[in-house]
Amino acid sequence: MNGPERDEKGGPMRSRREVLRQGGLAAIGAVGLAGGLELLTRRPATRVMEASQAIPGRVYRGPYDTTEPVSRISDITGYNNYYEFGLDKADPARNAGSLRTRPWTVRIDGLVRKPQTVDIDTLQSWFPLEDRLYRMRCVEGWSLVIPWMGFPLAALLRRIEPGSKARYVQFTSLADPKQMPGVRDPVLQWPYREGLRLDEAMNPLTMLAVGLDGKLLPNQNGAPLRLVVPWKYGFKNIKAITHITLLEEQPKTTWSTAAPDEYGFYANVNPAVDHPRWSQATERRIGDLGRRKTLPFNGYAAQVAGLYKGMDLRRNF
Amino acid sequence: MTRAGAGQGRALPPGAWVVPAAAVGSVLPLGVLLLDAFTGQLGANPLQRSEQQTGVLALALLLLSLTCTPLRLLAARVNVRLLWPARVRKTLGLSGALYAFVHLIIYGLDRGFNPAGLLVDAVKRPYITVGLTALLLLIPLVLTSRKDSVKRLGFVRWQRLHRLSYVVAALGVLHFWWSVKKDHSAPLLAVVVLLALFAVRAVLARRRERQAAPVGTARR
Repeated sequence: MNGPERDEKGGPMRSRREVLRQGGLAAIGAVGLAGGLELLTRRPATRVMEASQAIPGRVYRGPYDTTEPVSRISDITGYNNYYEFGLDKADPARNAGSLRTRPWTVRIDGLVRKPQTVDIDTLQSWFPLEDRLYRMRCVEGWSLVIPWMGFPLAALLRRIEPGSKARYVQFTSLADPKQMPGVRDPVLQWPYREGLRLDEAMNPLTMLAVGLDGKLLPNQNGAPLRLVVPWKYGFKNIKAITHITLLEEQPKTTWSTAAPDEYGFYANVNPAVDHPRWSQATERRIGDLGRRKTLPFNGYAAQVAGLYKGMDLRRNF
Repeated sequence: MTRAGAGQGRALPPGAWVVPAAAVGSVLPLGVLLLDAFTGQLGANPLQRSEQQTGVLALALLLLSLTCTPLRLLAARVNVRLLWPARVRKTLGLSGALYAFVHLIIYGLDRGFNPAGLLVDAVKRPYITVGLTALLLLIPLVLTSRKDSVKRLGFVRWQRLHRLSYVVAALGVLHFWWSVKKDHSAPLLAVVVLLALFAVRAVLARRRERQAAPVGTARR
């Protein structure tokens, strides 16, 4: 190899090979840096497998449907908070396939006259299933319009006959680290727990859902049994229920234990009470780019405001 | 196709590729983000996704730019003279700032472009206050990143001003921490990186002081 050629002033000349080498290094460096940054930040959207199994039997149209357009089913089944399957909104759709929803039993006990353990298929055969198009408002400031299918919780409660002392209903989710990878991560106290006052639970709007869009509930949406309380923030709607217990005292619920200043027991959708870190006055309907005003009790005030007469909803948030 | 003068100009310095690599590499993710936006790859809530993505990119690039000087100083301690960290520091810092401003714009869009609402947020919510402060503090740094800025300000004043970059990064990390709902592993990583950078600088500064002190006072 000869030394570099010299220009007329005696400096080394730029050789074609050197330009190519440096250009190549620049390209590799750029792609390397960009790749690293992408690894750090990018979350590609996932294709979602939708449930295809139709629910047998007759379905009644419920009287509580909103007239708003239903959200895209791929958004409903692809954008979920379900920490048992991961923290990212796309994780549940990716990971919930490992959940086995049959056989599945639900234990109903506590202050009830007929405590029992019942198989999920038996349980849902007890009641006529209804389609109900409900708004769902997440505490994070987004919302969906979801075509649930299920039955009123009140029907189940009447069947198992709450004792005279029962004042609250506690719900418990499955927490099986073998089927639910997120449970190995102690971000929350597992199993997930939620609760309602008995009169809230008896309200005709409150339902237990077993289906979505006329089909069995997809795993990421809470199969095989999940609670739907449309005037409360989404985290009240506990998924994959294994236990329903009637209690005299207000149960400890997962999010209000994890951050009592941010997530109350009642969690009624209330545009006048901000989350400490963001306003609750508006929300983004998934699919919209703009925001819309949030309605008191998520638009169900006519049916449920009476439940909270005389209560200070700033303190009991 | 041959460019006039190509092959006859001055030789490229050995590390000439580093700055263009840093510039292109740090801006590429913005292109990917735009592509994702147009092809519907940002999921069900694209504004929120791009808000989070640009925020993390801004913080990552600012932290990377803050790694340059400690890296050069550490290399110097083992008698390796690195020139490129000083060159990419500015590039990385500027692209970090670019992402921070894009992050603010997306945040504005996410909030429905309501300047009064932004002000309320900035006053009422500590994590917004902190993030916005970091952004405002970035402005003088961006404005004094020109080639002649050091000369105009004088090196000492310029250097003092640019120590703000550590304040910006610390506020940025705090903003990140407070904005996360539950899983703090990513913000924790940012805290660790920031503290490590502070520690390296502190240790090196202390050594330099000791070496500069007259013999007999520092050593006993």
